[in-house]
Amino acid sequence: MRRQLEGSRAVAEAVARCRPEVVCAYPISPQTHIIEAIGAMVRTGAIERCEFVNVESEFAAMSVSIGASAAGARAYTATASQGLLYMAEAVYNAAGLGLPIVMTLANRALGAPINIWNDHSDAMSVRDSGWIQLFAEDNQEAVDLHIQAFRLAEELSLPVMVCMDGFILTHAMEEVDLPSQAQVDDFLPPYSPRQVLDPADPLSIGAMVGPEAYTEVRYLAHLRQLDALEAIPRIGTEFAAAFGRDSGGLVHPYRTEGADTVLVAMGSVLGTIKDVVDDQRDVGIPVGVVGITAFRPFPFAAVRAACQGAERIVVVEKAFSLGFGGVLSSDVTMAGAAPHHLVHSVIAGLGGRPITKAAIASLIERARRGEVGSLSFLDLDEDLIAGELARMAAERRSGPVAENLLRDLASAPHRSRETGRA
Amino acid sequence: MFQVRFHGRGGQGVVTAAELLSLAAFLEGEHAQAFPSFGSERTGAPVVSFCRINERPIRNREPVLEPDAVVVQDVTLVGQIDVLAGLAKEGYLLINTGRPIAELALGDLGGHRPERLRSVPATELALEHIGRPVPNAVLLGGLAALTGIVSLGALGAAITERFPAPLAEANVAAASAAFVLIAGDNDKEPANAATA
Repeated sequence: MRRQLEGSRAVAEAVARCRPEVVCAYPISPQTHIIEAIGAMVRTGAIERCEFVNVESEFAAMSVSIGASAAGARAYTATASQGLLYMAEAVYNAAGLGLPIVMTLANRALGAPINIWNDHSDAMSVRDSGWIQLFAEDNQEAVDLHIQAFRLAEELSLPVMVCMDGFILTHAMEEVDLPSQAQVDDFLPPYSPRQVLDPADPLSIGAMVGPEAYTEVRYLAHLRQLDALEAIPRIGTEFAAAFGRDSGGLVHPYRTEGADTVLVAMGSVLGTIKDVVDDQRDVGIPVGVVGITAFRPFPFAAVRAACQGAERIVVVEKAFSLGFGGVLSSDVTMAGAAPHHLVHSVIAGLGGRPITKAAIASLIERARRGEVGSLSFLDLDEDLIAGELARMAAERRSGPVAENLLRDLASAPHRSRETGRA
Repeated sequence: MFQVRFHGRGGQGVVTAAELLSLAAFLEGEHAQAFPSFGSERTGAPVVSFCRINERPIRNREPVLEPDAVVVQDVTLVGQIDVLAGLAKEGYLLINTGRPIAELALGDLGGHRPERLRSVPATELALEHIGRPVPNAVLLGGLAALTGIVSLGALGAAITERFPAPLAEANVAAASAAFVLIAGDNDKEPANAATA
């Protein structure tokens, strides 16, 4: 049924139709609307046979999810940003134990400086945890990925994180086709655990493993991640057959045929980029874009195939590793999609800075002229940086950087970036 | 594509206004996208929200930079922020105040079409019909009359879908009153381009 819904509400409705049995979460912007809506549906009985557990922290939320999943319940949670960092130890444990928990990550920047707005730093911080990480391009895909995530998680006995851009998607109201309960029931069978804590048949989960077998346990976990490279597109195909639309899969190439320049990105910025690609194609400029849906496991072969023939690859990424550079571009380079010097990492949209069509169009133009280096930052405020560098050079006690920059901006209000502000 | 930017303060339902407009457009078979741009999450702080309406699906996620219409829910923002930023010369402006546009510190209005720059006493209408100073749905009634981007009927349906019955009825009545105020002035000014 097509409805005009806030992204958070749409995801809550989708999760409800997946019949979770235990939901445990702790509120944090911009994930809160999802959890509030699910909590209300549990309270009213709209979600049957489900327990909503209130806890005091994200660490507890993931720990309860681990316990519930190990006891054979279909478990769901959601978090963002500092919440994910606070639950990090349990995040690794959920994956290491092979428990098929599904978690929504409403992507948000990490502090310090504290910032509630969108980027992908939180997801990147746990990319090596063993969770499958899927990125939604719009709210329809966010809905669809959650339904696929339970199938995928329970088939492989691995946890799945569905990443959706905080505020940009979670707080955007747009059209979403919500599947019916019967459709979801047909697609998603009841959870049949590979391992379960059962008082009638006692066993322990979570043994300490020394050097004699730790490598082998980790290797087997890696193999299961690689299994997901086969399972993700298969489940996506089955989903398309059942629900009549393409969602999920490993990568989404768009107008890459004959493209000399291919952009690569994840999440909601793909919509903006596609609009720019259409504009450029209309005037004969051969550009395309590849959206990466599955970030972990990383689909090396699919990325390589999707970028084939491009003279250069421009990775627009909403996170980076300090002292290193782009994370996604590093993975794209590893995929052998193009020689290293032809993969350009462009860090964009950090901490909620808007990524505009004009900025993307300018980026493409500069990239095709060979003017984009291996690592650059979209719309970087050079004056703001120069001011702070000069201050640091001039005096030892130059003070806290964040406060200094905000003071500089306040004293030059015409430079404020916020839309609609003077 | 028709793009609207809403200005107001935290607590005035600025985000809800954009969402209601998107819902009204959806109910009329259009594609619509509403989203907030929170400056900060506290009552009284300036808040901006956006709505895009198009006959085709909307993929663009950038903030609305060049709105076709701007709605100002709190007249005290005029002069503090540039509410006209990016507004096309052909664009519409609707401000919540009982005072005429010419009396406000809007700066240079040269080139804008005067009949598209309007004010409506939305807070007073809200107090009269709803009993609370919530101007958002009221202004949407005025916007519907001013631009024709959605019908009053679709707006009423959106309000009814969003709010519980007594509150919805009061908001529909207030929005209808604003619609009549603006539409009445439209009739007096044949140059108005609600149909353009």
